[in-house]
Amino acid sequence: MRRIGLAFGLLFLWAPISLMVFYAFSADRIPFQWGGWSLRWFAALAANERMREAALLSLRIAAGAATLSMLLGGLAGWALARFGPFRGRVLLGALAGAPLVLPEVVTGLSLLLLFVLAQGAVEAWLGWAPGRGAVTILLAHATIGLAYVTVVVQARLATVDPSLEEAAADLGAGPFTTFRTVTLPLIAPSLAAGWLLAFTLSLDDVVVASFVSGPAGTTLPMLVFSALKVGLTPEVNALAAIVLAVAALAVGGAGLILGRRANGAG
Amino acid sequence: MRRLLILLPPLAWLLLLVAAPLLILGLIAFAEAGPGVPPFIPPVAWAGGPAWQGSLESLGTLIADPYYLEAFLRSLLTAFVTAALCLLLAYPMALGIAGARPSWRLPLLLLVLLPFWTGFLPRLGAWIGLLRDGGWVNGVLCLAGIGPLRLLYSDLALYLGMVHAYLPFAVLPLATALLRRDTSLEEAAADLGAKPLTVFGSVTLPLSLPAAASAFLLVFIPAAGEFVIPELLGPPEAQLVGRVLWGEFFQNRDWPLAAALALALLLLLLPPILLFQRLGRRA
Repeated sequence: MRRIGLAFGLLFLWAPISLMVFYAFSADRIPFQWGGWSLRWFAALAANERMREAALLSLRIAAGAATLSMLLGGLAGWALARFGPFRGRVLLGALAGAPLVLPEVVTGLSLLLLFVLAQGAVEAWLGWAPGRGAVTILLAHATIGLAYVTVVVQARLATVDPSLEEAAADLGAGPFTTFRTVTLPLIAPSLAAGWLLAFTLSLDDVVVASFVSGPAGTTLPMLVFSALKVGLTPEVNALAAIVLAVAALAVGGAGLILGRRANGAG
Repeated sequence: MRRLLILLPPLAWLLLLVAAPLLILGLIAFAEAGPGVPPFIPPVAWAGGPAWQGSLESLGTLIADPYYLEAFLRSLLTAFVTAALCLLLAYPMALGIAGARPSWRLPLLLLVLLPFWTGFLPRLGAWIGLLRDGGWVNGVLCLAGIGPLRLLYSDLALYLGMVHAYLPFAVLPLATALLRRDTSLEEAAADLGAKPLTVFGSVTLPLSLPAAASAFLLVFIPAAGEFVIPELLGPPEAQLVGRVLWGEFFQNRDWPLAAALALALLLLLLPPILLFQRLGRRA
């Protein structure tokens, strides 16, 4: 019974995705219609200048946002896990958790209003203000990613015995050496996982990016979204197949590493 | 001193990019729409000392115009049905993962979570391709002698897309809870003569209720404000809050009304959010 339930759920999750990958190799102009094996849609995708530009912009924003998220979220997670009760702890926890539960439209609209007011203030002061685009999307995505990294790092540090760090300090290591030789190696996997999570979230976001972007910044998801509003094109289908393959490789690899580590430890 | 160096960067960032935007949002909900860039008159005038010039017009519109009330009710209903369907599908899946051989558990869990990583839009694209008029599903239905049916841009498509997108969120907390559970209680019940179904109903199910509530809320909260799935798969009349807010902002350029909608959505979701965090702390 439970096996049937699991099999049904997995089939429901995977059937549309698998069919989509399969039909990405179809020559037919109509998606999900078989017209013989072909790579023409991958070639068409590679030749599409707008798609290439948008993809490059998205990758750059995602990498920058993920890195900022990792640094800031690592600090926030550390403070929440290790500082004990301190003034502002509840505030930090609530603010760091907010992007996880806020509806995307609320996050997007509220950040846009901030950016517009900031632009107005800068313009009143300098007579000129930078436009919205890649930078505002990066700031927004870094804020959302920060929330996820904080959770991951805090959860990891909660399972690490603080006496390890205390022992290093007792043995004469300074705060920096303790961090570099004890804490950092222990939380490095969760920092990496947090970076990947923030990177993926940034690459996947349409709503927040649409709100905070200006005319200059069209990310890949924004482009795909406007294409999908009209319908599925074979090019978008091919793009989806590539995204899926990359995700499968990344998650499969991470799973192998984690699985091996778990087996090795056990 | 060192603590301050660690604490200050994330706290300053969050105050500036989470707290301040929400405060501004709350303020703009009381602004009056007007021509210009940005298209509203600030509710507080600063020239010559602060003076209140806000209005309750936007918030009043939300209550007075049944269009908005309907959008809220429809969003809550859609989120509720989505979360219930996800829970119904996720529970047997989580049981299946927890009951699998230990070496199979992690791969199975990854198989459930992987679709989440393959991107939200590609998966919606797959449903568009499958459900369109001359599409794959209609082809199968025709072979069976039914159809063709209008599947895309219907409530069916909306729920298929929603459940497909949010199902992994529901499986994760349930699977974690069921994997961690103490099976000796179930063994004791079985030893005392309880039939498998009785064991499930009187031991397994009650013990997993907090996790089930977490799973439900984890789907319900984001689903209530969802914009992309109703826009790409749902019927045009499915005007959920996310879509209405988007329309007021991008098409009508009524920023105060969009802010008022966001504020109302936030207040509406506050009880489930607080409940979710409470459940999380206990677990």
